Amino acid sequence: MRISGARAIVEALRREKVEVIFGIPGGATIPFYDALLDSDIRHILARHEQCAAHMADGYARVKGAPGVCSATSGPGATNLVTGLATAYMDSSPVIAITGQVPRNMVGKDAFQEADIVGIVTPITKYAFQIESASQIPDAIRLAFMIASTNRKGPVLIDIPKDVQLEDVDFDYSERIKLKGYIIRTGDPHPYSIKRAIGLIMSSERPIIIAGGGVIASNASEELIKFAELIMAPIVTTLMGKGAVPEDHPLYLGMIGMHGRIESNKAIEEADLIIAIGTRFGDRTTGKLDEFGKNAKIIHIDIDPAEIGKNVKVDIPIVADAKKALSTLYSKLLEFGFSKKDSEWISRINYLKESYALNYEEKGEGLKPSKILKILRNILPRNAIITTGVGQNQMWTAIHFKIFEPRTFITSGGLGAMGFGLPAAIGAKVAAPDRPVYNIDGDGSFLMTEQDLATAVSEKIPIVSIILKNRALGMVRQWQCLFCNKRYAYTDLGNIPDFVKLAEAYGAEGIRIESYEEFEVVVRRSLSTEMPLVIEVPISPDEKVLPMVPPGKSLKEVIWYG
Amino acid sequence: MVENFHIISALVEDRPGVLFRVTSLIRRRNFNIDTITVGSTEKEGVSRITLTMRGDESIVEQLVKQLSKIPDVIKISELKPTESVYREMAIIKVLAQDSVRRSDILNYVNIFRGKIIDASKDSLTIEIVGNPNKINAFIEIMKGFGIIEMAKTGIVALQRGLKGKIE
Ligand SMILES: Cc1ncc(C[n+]2csc(CCOP(=O)(O)OP(=O)(O)O)c2C)c(N)n1
Repeated sequence: MRISGARAIVEALRREKVEVIFGIPGGATIPFYDALLDSDIRHILARHEQCAAHMADGYARVKGAPGVCSATSGPGATNLVTGLATAYMDSSPVIAITGQVPRNMVGKDAFQEADIVGIVTPITKYAFQIESASQIPDAIRLAFMIASTNRKGPVLIDIPKDVQLEDVDFDYSERIKLKGYIIRTGDPHPYSIKRAIGLIMSSERPIIIAGGGVIASNASEELIKFAELIMAPIVTTLMGKGAVPEDHPLYLGMIGMHGRIESNKAIEEADLIIAIGTRFGDRTTGKLDEFGKNAKIIHIDIDPAEIGKNVKVDIPIVADAKKALSTLYSKLLEFGFSKKDSEWISRINYLKESYALNYEEKGEGLKPSKILKILRNILPRNAIITTGVGQNQMWTAIHFKIFEPRTFITSGGLGAMGFGLPAAIGAKVAAPDRPVYNIDGDGSFLMTEQDLATAVSEKIPIVSIILKNRALGMVRQWQCLFCNKRYAYTDLGNIPDFVKLAEAYGAEGIRIESYEEFEVVVRRSLSTEMPLVIEVPISPDEKVLPMVPPGKSLKEVIWYG
Repeated sequence: MVENFHIISALVEDRPGVLFRVTSLIRRRNFNIDTITVGSTEKEGVSRITLTMRGDESIVEQLVKQLSKIPDVIKISELKPTESVYREMAIIKVLAQDSVRRSDILNYVNIFRGKIIDASKDSLTIEIVGNPNKINAFIEIMKGFGIIEMAKTGIVALQRGLKGKIE
């Protein structure tokens, strides 16, 4: 089959079962877009390339398969940067296809030229430029393989415009291999398993930390079976939210800077920490020297470089979480291991009960925690939540229970404001039959608000709940707690009327003033057929608590009073 | 040799951007390397990058693990100084205006088995090859005469014996 490079890209994407591309065309991608028009791949026109990347990311996280975005050369490509960095930090398989100026102009500072491969190399799993149309099939095949195997991550392919116009004999069989890229089977090493079993059998107070890796490897079922067998409470990182249903009796809550007190306490008291698919980020561990000081640590991760990077571990298990957990489970059964209720579990339950009441907020005005509880009660278990970054994100993490994997989509590693709305659009495209709600801050929403236009044009009925505090709330909170209330430039001043803003885009906007109104609107929103923005006014003085101050150990928590 | 001196040898695919990927990662992860050299190997399409750095074992382990994640890196290992041969080359131009100094310098060049590769009325240019300790010792001495200019290659290294061949 002899076709143009542009058609070859489209054909290769079809072979990779791509259903949708999020992007914005431009001079350097005109041939590609022309070829796309003849295919059955859906194209969603974003209003900003950052959003196209976040959409692809939201899509990928919900779908568990790569999401694709596209941008033209130069400014289009550079606009992808935040989106790609977000996907990189959260190990999300995103494929970016960028146009590039023609080969004979590369390196000459041509119009709309940017060295995008150079720019994104540190924030992608792999990035490369294609030199001839004959490389296209292999390049796309390799890109999908790299993005979606081992530890997942974004890959960028840069394709000069004239390469898209050049002809190629299309052959999609495997020809080129990357010698250095070995797809790990994910099987754990028997020796580490043996040592891990020994530790597990002798521990009295084991605890499991589930990270995003559990979700990435679809290991929830294995995790629950394993935890029930060894009677270990489960806590999660921010990225691990959804790894287990949060109403499971062994579930305790999120740990870390804004973790629940009982979860952080349990980590302190444990004698064995089994960490799965987490990179021990600083927001999770607090002060490193103090983290897990009283415990032995088993660390399961598919990426060998994560082991020992931040935290010293006693037993490393380099493996896919699903395989490691099922191996541990069956070995424990082989040894006839069984555990019933223990003192440890009673202690955990006691912690859980004694702190539960503390999370009820008092005082004037609408409370974020209560808003989130009302929302949870109305939404079905499989509803998908995305968030902005800041207080809105942490309130959601603390107060909104997640019951299924891939239903909590947030920018964990990079913490990119503006993630919520476009990620929700991508999520809804991946799961059109499920409700998708973006819980956002006013500052975050305003960073990518223009893509409401995309949602309206494409009839993607997502709901954004804006916790409007008229401030860059999380920064303001730090200024309150650590800068003596010197509020430097965190008052948003003039913010738009979100109801009118939504309407201006052709979406629906509603402002609520009471819990009752909120409830009514949310119930109605379940059947909305157009994008909806719900404005929820809250006080700028609302805080996200508990909070472990940066650089402090998990027990040095700030709480009311 | 300094105790915590490490040699890391990486076989990489010879394609555009590989060296950039490696150095970009080194910068991003804040690793501090002393030398880096790149050149071809006995196998077409495969280059060898040799890095040296100082630091404790865990830093080296991280560097090796992080570099192995680059898809173009075929194989990477730390070469133990005791089990490998490693060499560096330096070209040193020293002030040598009077004959006493000149003969002193020549003496040292002989002791260190260096070579004079250029001479002018006021200077001598010396080539010296060897392990970095020897070269550093030589440079220290030459400083006394006055080094005008100097260039060093960075270290190239191979494991001793039959191990390490590219399959
Ligand atoms: C792109 C970007 N810029 C700046 C920040 C720093 N930052 C973190 S939280 C925050 C405030 C977020 O404000 P808002 O979206 O209104 O949410 P709130 O905290 O009020 O819920 C800022 C500015 C960031 N995370 N991302």
